[in-house]
Amino acid sequence: MTLRPAVSVPVLELGDVLLVTLREAPYDGAAEQLQDDLAHRIARRPVTGVVIDISAVEIVDSFLGRVLAEIAAGAHLMAARTVVTGMRPAVAITLVELGLILPGLRTALDVDSALALLGAASPARSPHPQEGVSCLPGSA
Amino acid sequence: MSARLGLTTSFPIGSDADLAWARHQVRRAAAGLGFGLVEQTKLLTAASELARNTLVHGGGGRMELTVLDDGQARGLRLSCIDEGPGIRDIDLAMTDGYTTGGGLGLGLSGAKRLVQEFTLDSRPGQGTTVTVTQWLSALPVPRSGVL
Repeated sequence: MTLRPAVSVPVLELGDVLLVTLREAPYDGAAEQLQDDLAHRIARRPVTGVVIDISAVEIVDSFLGRVLAEIAAGAHLMAARTVVTGMRPAVAITLVELGLILPGLRTALDVDSALALLGAASPARSPHPQEGVSCLPGSA
Repeated sequence: MSARLGLTTSFPIGSDADLAWARHQVRRAAAGLGFGLVEQTKLLTAASELARNTLVHGGGGRMELTVLDDGQARGLRLSCIDEGPGIRDIDLAMTDGYTTGGGLGLGLSGAKRLVQEFTLDSRPGQGTTVTVTQWLSALPVPRSGVL
């Protein structure tokens, strides 16, 4: 609140998918900034999916859980789907006990599976020959 | 490590950077005591919920961390202390889904489910202290599920 952390969360563009890798539980300000950033990026260019990898995140509390759910809900309203990947077992166990099961949030075990999920479920999407195709699963 | 038994350390909770620092300290203490990964994660998550309450609802305060030893088991006690407006209706505040802060209303009730002992002391106008304790023992504890 008093500090706006200088470290914002980077967003990579893989064709028409945005990839976010959270390195640890981000500061609250950075998480809200990410939500804002993703919404604007989705509005600016054709984005069909957002993948948020949390495999390095040690805890997801109700604040971060809410931010993830809101990112997914906002993306959904702008025709993009969100997949959260790599949740650690201890985090999943804790979230269930916390009561935060995030039913609207799609998950996958890893980024490759998430990209496959997004690709497989949108057969009609138009490929972006310059960059999009090379970033699909298998190239990682 | 036994030299630190009973020692209380205190950190300020005044910004989201302080929340991250407090989480880091709890993780270190819990790992140092030998808590397993799931227990660490639960305690850390509870600490994060409570410290955020201190920040958002209490207007800031502090977290105290104490290593306990009752002769049979060791444990870790966390207190989040603020001198904010207090909680008018504690029963209501402990209800899943009730929120005044625009959150999901799982902070207090969720944190209580994640730990073995939970006490809340609050007086309107004088502040709130929430204390949670996790013991390092093989004894099973009663579960209070939500599902």
